[in-house]
Amino acid sequence: MRIVVTVVGEDKVGIIANVTRVLAENKVNVLNINQNIMDGFFNMVLIADMTEASMDVKTIKECFDKLAAEIGVEIRVQSEQIFTAMHQI
Amino acid sequence: MSVLSIKDVLETTEMITQNNLDVRTITMGISLLDCAHPDIDVCARRIYDKITSKAEHLVRTGEDLEAELGIPIINKRVSVTPIAIVGGSCDSKDYVPLAKAMDRAAHEIGINFIGGFSSLVDKGYTQGDRNLIASIPEALATTELVCSSVSLGSTKCGINMDAVAQMGRVVKETAARTADRDAIGCAKLVVFCNSVPDNPFMAGAYHGVQEPESVVSVGVSGPGVVKHALEAVRGQDIGAVAEMIKRTAFKITRVGQLVAQEAAKRLETQFGIIDLSLAPTPAVGDSVAHILEEIGLESCGGPGTTAALAMLNDAVKKGGLMASSYVGGLSGAFIPVSEDAGMIAAVERGSLRLEKLEAMTCVCSVGLDMIAIPGDTTAETISAIIADEAAIGMINNKTTAVRVIPVPGKKVGDPVEFGGLLGYAPVMEVSKFKADEFIARGGRIPAPVRSLTN
Repeated sequence: MRIVVTVVGEDKVGIIANVTRVLAENKVNVLNINQNIMDGFFNMVLIADMTEASMDVKTIKECFDKLAAEIGVEIRVQSEQIFTAMHQI
Repeated sequence: MSVLSIKDVLETTEMITQNNLDVRTITMGISLLDCAHPDIDVCARRIYDKITSKAEHLVRTGEDLEAELGIPIINKRVSVTPIAIVGGSCDSKDYVPLAKAMDRAAHEIGINFIGGFSSLVDKGYTQGDRNLIASIPEALATTELVCSSVSLGSTKCGINMDAVAQMGRVVKETAARTADRDAIGCAKLVVFCNSVPDNPFMAGAYHGVQEPESVVSVGVSGPGVVKHALEAVRGQDIGAVAEMIKRTAFKITRVGQLVAQEAAKRLETQFGIIDLSLAPTPAVGDSVAHILEEIGLESCGGPGTTAALAMLNDAVKKGGLMASSYVGGLSGAFIPVSEDAGMIAAVERGSLRLEKLEAMTCVCSVGLDMIAIPGDTTAETISAIIADEAAIGMINNKTTAVRVIPVPGKKVGDPVEFGGLLGYAPVMEVSKFKADEFIARGGRIPAPVRSLTN
């Protein structure tokens, strides 16, 4: 299963480092990162593979909720399926 | 590996976080045909056992999908075989114990509504139908989560005018029995023409006899998403509006299809249908009326409303059809008054009246829905409203329904609060002219010429 991690918020040092640290700690492998700054806002879409993951999506979500509160950005974790269903035929 | 674009991902995220995109309901249909028994207590126990075992994991599965996909799944519900059929072999004439068994089962598995305390009397009554309909007011007054529906006409059968007359009285009695709660019982009672056996939406969901042992169907939503998408085509011709609605409906429906397939797989049951309905909620930004106003109407209910709604309804279907392998249910824009902030505002503004709502039901799903009317409206007048709506359904070969709430003690303009998704409504005016003699005739309106299609 692949997940899409979406991060939106005010740009600051260490967002990617923090997000990927959570993934690494849970043995989630990053496949693709697409990141830019739009209107001063940090936008990142990260696709990762959960095959070897030590936690389920719900638990990783909880880790990211905690991180989001700490560093003041929005972090969403969703199965890739919802995006491919909606945007790819 | 195909890589998702950042634009696509952010679009989906915005639909969910800012435009109220959600899956409105996952509804599990369960056949209760094997629960019949002459002893009503045995029948009730079988009903409870079957629902709690078949749908044991429904809520958890919905919550898991919600977490994994990151999209809210608002309601998890169950529909069952019309209880008039299941109860038909019971010795007892009072079917309230069966409703209570449904209610207990619904509480046990944690769903928020259960539909199927229903009867199909398009052409006439069986003894089970008579018993069930007589039990409706008491059943709705003494249960919390049970929804009831009665189908009393169809294009193939005509309209059962005896049932039309009776249902006017049943609606009044249900209102009286729940008078202390603004007649909430009537919000859980719907009268149909051309009812469908695979509708996942309440209060009219039941599991038809032609359905399998169990099935999972999904109702999608997304008025807020459509409204937001249309902001991008302001000033363009109506073809551009229809095209934008189609594209948006496609995307919304693909999500519904995904949820339905996954839910069916995890619940080890069959995927039934996706219902392509635009279902509003009282939340700000989740209104069908606001879509119509975005298209260019000053206020919903004014001239032009029917045309705009017809286009909207058709475009939603065209967009949704290709996104799902199985489409069914009611599939059309809903126009419930109390559940739609824009409709409520239109009533308060004076632009939306009962007669216009009736016209609107000719071109969309489903009928006069969640409309509070004065408490002194007579049973005969309610029956006549039901007859008019049923006639529209019969002649136009579509589903129509009436869910009106004659609120005891309330007058035109008084506010009524139903709470939660059922919303809030100002009491609407009903014509003072009587149809008592018409309703008193009873009998059956013959099936129309268009029923003879073979």
